[in-house]
Amino acid sequence: MLKVEIIEEGQGQLVGFRDPDENRSWVLDNKSRTPEDKRMSAQEAVSKFIKPGDFIASGGFGHVRVSMAIIYEIIRQKKQNLIMAGKTAVHDIDLLVAAGCVDKVEVAYSFGHELRGLSNASRRAVQTGKCKVVSEISNAAYQWRFLAGMMGIPFIPSRVLLGTDTFKKSSAKIINCPFTNKPLTLIPSCNPDVAIIHVHRCDKYGNAQIDGALIEDFELSHASRRLIVTTEKVTPHRKTRLKPWRTSIPFYYVDAVVEVPYGAHPCQMPMEYFFDEDHISEWLKLSKTDDGVKEYLEKYVYSVNSFDQYLRLIGGQRKLNRLKKMEMTTGWKAEVK
Amino acid sequence: MMPKKTVNYNQVELMASVAAKMLENDKSVLVGTGLPVLATMLAQRTNAPNILIMYEAGGIGSQASVVPVSVGESRTFYHGIAASSMHDVMSALQGGFVDYGFLGAAQIDMYGNINTTVIGDYDIPKVRLPGSGGGNDAGSLCFKTIILMKQDTKRFVKKLDFMTTPGYLTGPGAREKVGLPQNTGPYRVISQLGVYGFDNNTKKMMLLSTHPNVSIEEIKENCSFELTIPVNVETSKEPSDQELKILRQIDPMKLVIGK
Repeated sequence: MLKVEIIEEGQGQLVGFRDPDENRSWVLDNKSRTPEDKRMSAQEAVSKFIKPGDFIASGGFGHVRVSMAIIYEIIRQKKQNLIMAGKTAVHDIDLLVAAGCVDKVEVAYSFGHELRGLSNASRRAVQTGKCKVVSEISNAAYQWRFLAGMMGIPFIPSRVLLGTDTFKKSSAKIINCPFTNKPLTLIPSCNPDVAIIHVHRCDKYGNAQIDGALIEDFELSHASRRLIVTTEKVTPHRKTRLKPWRTSIPFYYVDAVVEVPYGAHPCQMPMEYFFDEDHISEWLKLSKTDDGVKEYLEKYVYSVNSFDQYLRLIGGQRKLNRLKKMEMTTGWKAEVK
Repeated sequence: MMPKKTVNYNQVELMASVAAKMLENDKSVLVGTGLPVLATMLAQRTNAPNILIMYEAGGIGSQASVVPVSVGESRTFYHGIAASSMHDVMSALQGGFVDYGFLGAAQIDMYGNINTTVIGDYDIPKVRLPGSGGGNDAGSLCFKTIILMKQDTKRFVKKLDFMTTPGYLTGPGAREKVGLPQNTGPYRVISQLGVYGFDNNTKKMMLLSTHPNVSIEEIKENCSFELTIPVNVETSKEPSDQELKILRQIDPMKLVIGK
């Protein structure tokens, strides 16, 4: 008889993992099946659902469809000792690490801004030991952690990470497969304490629609214990029922619905508005020094009371109209002039 | 050393043009951020009009006319066939639907293993790099991986500071032994100096062609490990005026090409 054995164990810290029975019982006690009006302010959502030491995950990808309104609010409320999923976390994690909110990260892709270069602030924090990388993983493996989490199973098998240092620093394990007898990676499930996801539209109960690629937000939203949805627009519930196939996140996963038009700024909201490159450059420039980080946070976060006030600071409706136009011309329409 | 001829293209344009010619029509490719996007979009406009472009965040079959700034943004599915999810795309990789993986790297060794995680000591890094991203996934699961990177002695190294993504690991049979899918692995490495493949018997990196005006000496001087150098080494083709025109059209802001 074939004996299944653990061949190798990754030495990275296992974060965000729950025993499926423990998670089921938490879900039973805490997640209501009653449609309730979950609309609230960003301030209320963050103070109610994000606690010091929580494991958090932010939706979207890189500078795309990120709930910046909540990121700024976490900084404003000076939440600390958060552990973050570095699942192609770019601008969000850079700010949270720079502001001292996040000090531990499991990394698939972080500390870079894709084509715009490396993240100054969060890299500095890692290189000086202020922020610790607790484990490494790949993008596929990270979203499969959420897939296993939403399925209520402790791990999912896959064929990535094998043979590398990424595996050695991960929290995965390698066994010989009971069906093929070949080595196989077991990726542990992940049920984050809180996920924050920005969507195109959502009704007051939390039934949410996303236009464009879902990235890994389907799995992440379904796996998270608490879910804060920020939305460009709150739409009437009857509209959800007219096109139920458009719902990516049903209400029973959602804990807070926060209406924040332009809530992803300076990131891109696909088909809505383009990256605000001026603002991203301003951050990349200022974040070269600790003083610059302070200046940025003071100007755009601490001295600001609402997202509307922030939007006025970055150039107001005129700037936003330009970003909308850019998404429809250089972005989505991608026409070469 | 040969005197340098003045040319009407830069290293990025040359690398993109060489890389584009490697992609065959009617094949699928998982494209990483930066130079791989530029090369793939050039191929789509020249030798491989039916190339099936996949981006890790879910964009499939994009026909964008300008390079995406991010591999998750809306241009990655502009006029595409699907805007799906990372689970969908990564499952296609694992299921055997993806022919090419197109990656960048900070360090590479003689077996094509690559590092994009850290330079220096892991715990007290000299430079913390972004990590695997989709790199490990593409390098593990695509049939043929093409790596585009800058070459010098600090990048073409004897020993990686960290092995993020598997190449041929320690040599023939090693990938299969650790459980990676069969018939996968690095196929080509393209630097600003030349093109490399891997010797079938040893799985060690082998020079295939030098770029115009680059000597074999220069290739060796910029590599810390021993390269296999066959008797016949070709010279890479220069980008044509038409290719240069296309490259500058698809990257009008010179985001990848550089200013």
